[in-house]
Amino acid sequence: MAERIRRAAGSWDFLVLVALVLVVVIGAVSIEGVASPRFWRFVILEAIPIAVIALPLTLLIITGEIDLSVASVLGLSCTVMGKLWASGVHSLPVLVLVCLALGVLCGAVNGLFVTRFGLPSLAVTIGTLALYRGLAYVTLGDKAIADYPTSWTDGAVAPIPGLTIPWMIIVVAVLAILFAVVLHATPVGRGLYAIGNNDEASRFAGVAVGKTKFWLFVATGAMSALAGIFWTLRFASARADNGNGLELAVIAAVLLGGVSIFGGRGGLLGVVGAVVLLGVLRNALQLADVPANALTIVTGSLLIASVVGPNAVAIARARLRRRRPTTSIPTTP
Amino acid sequence: MSTALLGLDGVSKSYGAVAALRDVRLELRAGEAHALVGENGAGKSTLVKILAGVHQPDTGVLTFDGKPLVLGNPADARAAGIAVIYQEPTLFPDLTVAENIFMGRQPRRSLGRIDHAAVRARTRDLFDRLGVALDPDRPARGLSIADQQLVEIAKALSFDARVLVMDEPTAALSGVEVERLFGVARSLRDSGAAVLFISHRFDEIFALCQTITVLRDGQWVSTDAAADLTVDRVVRRMVGREVSSLFPKQDTKVRDVRLDVRGLSLAGWFQDVSFTVRGGEIVALAGLVGAGRSEVVRAIFGIDRYDAGEVHVDGRRLRAGDTDAAIAAGLALVPEDRRQQGLVMELSVERNQTLPRRWKLSTAGLLTGKAERAAARTWSERLQVKTSSLRAPVSTLSGGNQQKVVLAKWLATEPGVLIVDEPTRGIDVGTKAEVHRLLSALAADGVAVLMVSSELPEVLGMADRVLVMHEGRLTADIPRASADEESVMQAATGVGR
Repeated sequence: MAERIRRAAGSWDFLVLVALVLVVVIGAVSIEGVASPRFWRFVILEAIPIAVIALPLTLLIITGEIDLSVASVLGLSCTVMGKLWASGVHSLPVLVLVCLALGVLCGAVNGLFVTRFGLPSLAVTIGTLALYRGLAYVTLGDKAIADYPTSWTDGAVAPIPGLTIPWMIIVVAVLAILFAVVLHATPVGRGLYAIGNNDEASRFAGVAVGKTKFWLFVATGAMSALAGIFWTLRFASARADNGNGLELAVIAAVLLGGVSIFGGRGGLLGVVGAVVLLGVLRNALQLADVPANALTIVTGSLLIASVVGPNAVAIARARLRRRRPTTSIPTTP
Repeated sequence: MSTALLGLDGVSKSYGAVAALRDVRLELRAGEAHALVGENGAGKSTLVKILAGVHQPDTGVLTFDGKPLVLGNPADARAAGIAVIYQEPTLFPDLTVAENIFMGRQPRRSLGRIDHAAVRARTRDLFDRLGVALDPDRPARGLSIADQQLVEIAKALSFDARVLVMDEPTAALSGVEVERLFGVARSLRDSGAAVLFISHRFDEIFALCQTITVLRDGQWVSTDAAADLTVDRVVRRMVGREVSSLFPKQDTKVRDVRLDVRGLSLAGWFQDVSFTVRGGEIVALAGLVGAGRSEVVRAIFGIDRYDAGEVHVDGRRLRAGDTDAAIAAGLALVPEDRRQQGLVMELSVERNQTLPRRWKLSTAGLLTGKAERAAARTWSERLQVKTSSLRAPVSTLSGGNQQKVVLAKWLATEPGVLIVDEPTRGIDVGTKAEVHRLLSALAADGVAVLMVSSELPEVLGMADRVLVMHEGRLTADIPRASADEESVMQAATGVGR
């Protein structure tokens, strides 16, 4: 029985992919435009920054932590890039390196507060969510820096030659494979699942809990900053409010992808599937002229369903476990 | 002699198949302090929990003032006038002392508002009666354990408790604090309350109590007037049990020193702990719960840092607080709490077993599962772990099999020094013998085994040498030949030192 439930939970990835196919098929049949290449180009461009952030965030959430500041790091990265461009730094590699360093720093601050001072990541990153967004406004005010060379802005969204799909998808795919390998086929990944389920037992097995979490915060910050560069170039605009509220879309995708908000469970295939699923759903409903408010309701309902779904399995599993008699006796001092 | 205020007769309590109390009797009289003594696991805490209404006895009756008493929950116990003071009081740290005392029973004004003035005034009255100088308005956070216990006693007074149960109240107290607590306990006793005092410290027991009851293995052994007893006689009654020959310790050739601990100290936990363990040796670390044994082995393994001292494994010094380095040096620790520290309960048998070795099992940094599967199978077979599948969550295994998984996990690292903390706690007799056989075989292979155990028969049956800790210090190093229950218990309780 336990084995059967376990397998069902393991196939959450599969459920997400089935849902994705269903949504695509129903959408293509009933909504004009969903089958068009333009639609897919748009879905993918929207999904790229979400996927880039969701990759490290998935690993972080599996260890039982969370980072709510990702969209603010993205915004800060945008404004710093804009500010540097406006003040005459016109080398793309330099801009990328500076933004990357900024992301590393932002992630290190989050990681330090959580691992050194033992503060809950929810509280720390709500704080830095406001802090980093505030710094973005300090950097650029309400100005927009938009005069990038078209070779950059077009280059960011250019299609693969002969197709309409943006070439960036290859970069994201490589990154996704990299993260998936780390999570599912390396000693580091084994450690992440152990930490997420029981960090004390992990320490007793020689897993460097604090160090691991710290570097995951750093990776999340760095990837968020990279997403900021893409965001700036795609919209040809660096503004302090870039990506405002994007953390919800990212976390929704991670959770819908089957990652437990309590840590210890989930995988990257489901998360990537969920990123695409949410993107298709949003854009298809938009095409069908569903009002924006209703769109928010759909995303919200899916988010709740994704938290309830795997947890219902977990609760069932816990019930099964509780029914087993334990043989431990209380110790007497 | 006055009649009993609170009586227990024929009380038994089992947890699953394990009998914690069997047919125990106890009579507490008004105006008398009664000591309850016994080894770890003798059933003292179970008895306290029954008196507190936390657990209900399977059989037997409680009487209060001659009338039958049923304690279905802690509120019943409180209503009956039984107050329990635990070793570590559980106050609400952010509430004031006065609020803590009247928690849930606050005097009210109109509209159900809490009458803070009355709460304060009544707290001050209680403190005056107890002769305690504590500010009712200060928050409970930051109070010493001693002061927290006084607050608990004031709480007991506030609902006119007639029976005061104190479960090792002095374990964390200094001499002056103990004196103050005893002053309060004596005045309560003299004003007609019945006091049940549980402690491992004989000087305190003889200073406070008129009657001493000894429990052993969940059974009542004796109740006598303290005046008729000596410390030696009490100790003998506590441990007086056959040492079974269940423990097959083989004679082994003792080799070089593998674990060398020098002057290890951690303020508040243990001081100046030095010892060595040689290859081929099984050294037991005995002592009472709370003596600091687990803390010492945690520090050796790098889970906690230490203030001073050195740990050497096979001649190499270990960095403090670095578990990874300790494992690399050949150290392994089977921790005390299997479910919380030994295993990740949600993960599979396979993943648990290979966790410390996951880097070694990888090829070019990659793990495909094949190497893990093979390693897990090898060690599960070697230790005869009974599981439906290597992929089954370890939580679905029995306690004994879980412990085998923990052992397999560490034996697979081929340690030179194996530390086991309560290796057979809560596991069945059959598995217990297997674990002992395994430890013995490892020692024969040249492994240095350090075994923390609170079970005296296990200590005496298995160990080549017995180290004893008392209140954070090593108090004895007894060779096998001269180790017996009395010598170990005396060192553990600090008698004659």
